[in-house]
This record gives sequence, C-alpha cells and structure tokens, in this order.
Amino acid sequence: MTAFLYSLGFRRFRQSFAYGVLWTAAAVSVAIMLFVVGYVIIRGFADITLDFFTTSPRGGLSGEGGIYSTIVTTLYLVLVTIVIATPLGVGAAVFLVEYAQHIKSSVVQKLVSVARFGVETLAGVPSIIFGLFGYALFVTALNLGFSIIAAALAGVCLVIPVVIRTTEEALKSVPDSYREGSLSLGASRWETIRKVVLPSALPGITTGIILSVGRIVSETAIFYVTLGGSYRTPTSLMSSGRTMALHVYYLAMETRAFDKAMATGAVLVALIVVLNLIINSVSKKLSAE
Amino acid sequence: MSEPRMRTETYNLYYGDFQALKDISVDIPENQVTAIIGPSGCGKSTFLRSFNRMNELIPSVRTTGRVLLDGRNIFDLDVVELRKNIGMVFQRPNPFPKSIFDNVAYGPRIHGTRDRGRLAEIVESSIRSAALWDEVKDDLGKSGLSLSGGQQQRLCIARALAVKPEVILMDEPASALDPVATLKIEELITALKRDYTIVIVTHNMQQAARVSDFTAFLLTDEQRAGNLIEFGPTKEIFTTPKDKRTEDYISGRFG
Repeated sequence: MTAFLYSLGFRRFRQSFAYGVLWTAAAVSVAIMLFVVGYVIIRGFADITLDFFTTSPRGGLSGEGGIYSTIVTTLYLVLVTIVIATPLGVGAAVFLVEYAQHIKSSVVQKLVSVARFGVETLAGVPSIIFGLFGYALFVTALNLGFSIIAAALAGVCLVIPVVIRTTEEALKSVPDSYREGSLSLGASRWETIRKVVLPSALPGITTGIILSVGRIVSETAIFYVTLGGSYRTPTSLMSSGRTMALHVYYLAMETRAFDKAMATGAVLVALIVVLNLIINSVSKKLSAE
Repeated sequence: MSEPRMRTETYNLYYGDFQALKDISVDIPENQVTAIIGPSGCGKSTFLRSFNRMNELIPSVRTTGRVLLDGRNIFDLDVVELRKNIGMVFQRPNPFPKSIFDNVAYGPRIHGTRDRGRLAEIVESSIRSAALWDEVKDDLGKSGLSLSGGQQQRLCIARALAVKPEVILMDEPASALDPVATLKIEELITALKRDYTIVIVTHNMQQAARVSDFTAFLLTDEQRAGNLIEFGPTKEIFTTPKDKRTEDYISGRFG
C-alpha cells in the first residue's frame, strides 16, 4: 500500500488533483465577483439615461425620478468628512510615528499604546455602532438633527482609524536615512517632516484618503441614523439628505422601483471601480520611486 | 599644531544601562583628516555621531563628559546651529527623493536662503567641490535617486557642503561603493581637507592609511564598552604603534 501511495504515478495524480482543486477555487471566486459586478452593471445600466443623473427622486411608492440630489449629497458628505478627517488623522499619525517614540515618559508611552490599540479596535467596529454614537451625540445631544454635518462627524469617527493606519504605514515606509540626512543638515524635526517625510509618504497618505472616500460612498447603516433620508438636494450643512448608497436601500425596501435601485447600484459600483483604479495608479507611483 | 577644532573630554555614552563608549578623550585637529578605526561593534559610528549629537535621536541614550567645538561645549549649543557647522555623510548614500538641485539647495533653503540666483551659485559651487559637476551639470532637474551609488554619495557630500560646515563627519562613506567610486571619494576627501576638518569612520585599514593624517583606534573591553586604545599621527599608528592591540589589529590578526 505504501509503495502505491509513494509511486510516481500516484504522486503525479495527487499533484494534478491539487492543481485542479486550487484552480477551481480561484476560478469560482473570480466568477462570483464578476457575476455580482456584471449583473449589477448590466441590469443597472440598462435603465440609465441622462435624465437619471440630472433629475432628483420624486418620492412616493413608485420611485419616480433620478438620482441628482443623492449625487450632490454624496459629494457634499464626502467633502465635509474628508476635510475634517484628513488633518485629524494625518496629524495623529504623524504624532504617533514621528514624535511619540522619542518621548521618554512612560506615561506617554502607555497612552500611545492605548491609542494604537484604540485605532486597531475602532477599525473593526461595525459602522452602525458609529451611527448609534453619532445619533446620540451629534443628532440628539448636540442638537444638529439629521444633517450633513451630523453624518459627516459620525463619518469622521468611522474613517479616522483608516486614515491613521494608512498614514502610519506610509510614514514608517519612509527610510530613516531621509530623516537623518535632513536632521544632519540642521533641519528641525518639523522641517524634516514637512519637507522630506510627508512628501515621500504622500502616495500612501493619498491612498488612505481615497479608501476613506470609498468608505463614505458605500456605507449605509451609519448614515441611515444620522443623515435622515430626505431626497431633496441639500442646501446647507444642516440639511438632511440621502447618499447614493442610502438611496439604493430606500428604493429597494420602500418602493417598487427595483430597477432604479439596480441602476443606482451600477453607478456606485462604477464609482468604486474608478476609486480603486486611482489607488492602483497612486501605489504604482509609490513603488516606482 | 594649532588648537584642535573639536575635542572630547572623558566622554561616556550609555544605551540605557549598557555603556557603549568609555572615557574617550581625543583632539580632532583642524584641516586634517582623522580616521576612527576598530572592529565591528566597537562604537566607531556611535562615537562619530556624538560630534553632531545624532545619538540624541535614540531616547535611551545618555552621555557624560564634554564634546567641544572650537572650545565650546556642543551640548550648550543649539542643535540646529551645531549641525549647521558639522556636516555628515552616511554609510549608505541617502539623497532625498528630490531633484539634484533641490537636494543640494535643501540645507541653504532651510537656513533661510531664498534668492534663486544665490541658491544656484551655492548649488554649483557645492557640486563642483564634490567633484560631481561635470557629470550632472546638464541634469540638475533629474532625481537624485537616478544617479549611480558613487554619484549619489558625492551628491550627499555636496549637500553637506552647501550649508558651509567647518567639520564633516563621514560614516564609512565608501563601504557601499565599488572600487572606482571608492577611489573618487578618497581623492575628494583629500581635496576637501584644505577647507574642512574631516572625521571619517572606516572599516578599511588601507583606506585609513591612504586618506587620514591622524588615527584613533577603538576597541571594546570586557564589558563590551568602546575604549580609545591609541590616538596619534596615522604614520606612527601604522608603523610604530605603541599598543600591542593596535599592532595586532592593523596587521590583521583580529577584527
């Protein structure tokens, strides 16, 4: 029996068998992805016309109208969230990587490790929890109501771990020899960070920001409980609204316009594809250097 | 010999509880090349980095004793001012991912030179002094990283020269380079000592013999702390060393 198990023929068979299993696993995974994306895009784009982009939803059970106001809301929300989250997240990461390690105090070191653990944990918390928090704090306690600003602040909490982590990684990948070179020329630590470290880390930081944009564009639960759901075009930070992703949810659950939900979904998928292409080209630039 | 440009007095350095350098006192003479030699791990680089306080980047480092630049304790000086006066060239060429021009202009810009014409002059004269001008004069806009290893190292030397230091510290500046590039760096060192005081750490005994005027030999004791075994004119160290250990080391018996 052992002789057979180790015979060349059987070993060859096992090799082909393993190859076949792995090949099938890869093929099925790719097929599922392509099927989902393809299904949404093909079904969705069938219903897309120019009007779809330029008119707003008209409400009601039949789901009349396009997605204009939801595009505006999405852009508005992304803009406000990123404008707040980027300086906070990048600043925190710069502090953690460039300064905190050089502080001798053990209290500070403790705080830093707590902060790191917090960032790791927050990155894994379901978005609805940030939504509940945002609802309790921004919508209710701070009396901001269902609004772009309340949703953006909740969104900031959601994406800040992403920004911090990607920025930290980007900063750590900058060789110490750059820092030493700059410091040895008499540059201060801040000059070194601003003129050498941050420019070198920029592609990585940009990737983090684009990832965050993707997160804001595609999340629903967190904005369901902070943004309200008005299908009107927002006029100020205090306006309620619905993002494209939320609109898909509303259309699918509360109207008969499943085709419109698909169409909106197709636009979303296309947007995410574009964002990922941008990330790819940015990281290619990074590795080219 | 005139007053030493730099001097250490019973200088000790600790990483936490571990003592890395013990009671080192040397004079670094002006406009001469001083080589620091010794086996791996004897604290040569650490000692070199004491002259421009680069060891302070490591939080656990503690020092005692004095290091003087022109008679002034460097620990009393502003670290920016100190490093402006003491340039450094590292073991691996480390140009910034910027253009050749911006690499060399980096220091002067940091220290407040804004005028374009003035910057262009400094950049040209620094690159000329680093014997790199003819090779890059038409490509100043190209990335510093596009140069060969030897050219990158000369670019780093030009970058250090641009802030007009008095002293240049070199940490095994040719160890990552091929023999031809190494020779160029050595010729450059010899040319630069007319205007600068140079301290060079080297692994390579022949290199120390070729380029330096004075040599300091460091060796670890039983506690693995770096001690200064012998200091003197390179010729004497290499021909008539006073200490048996120096003789053993330069004749290649260990290290």
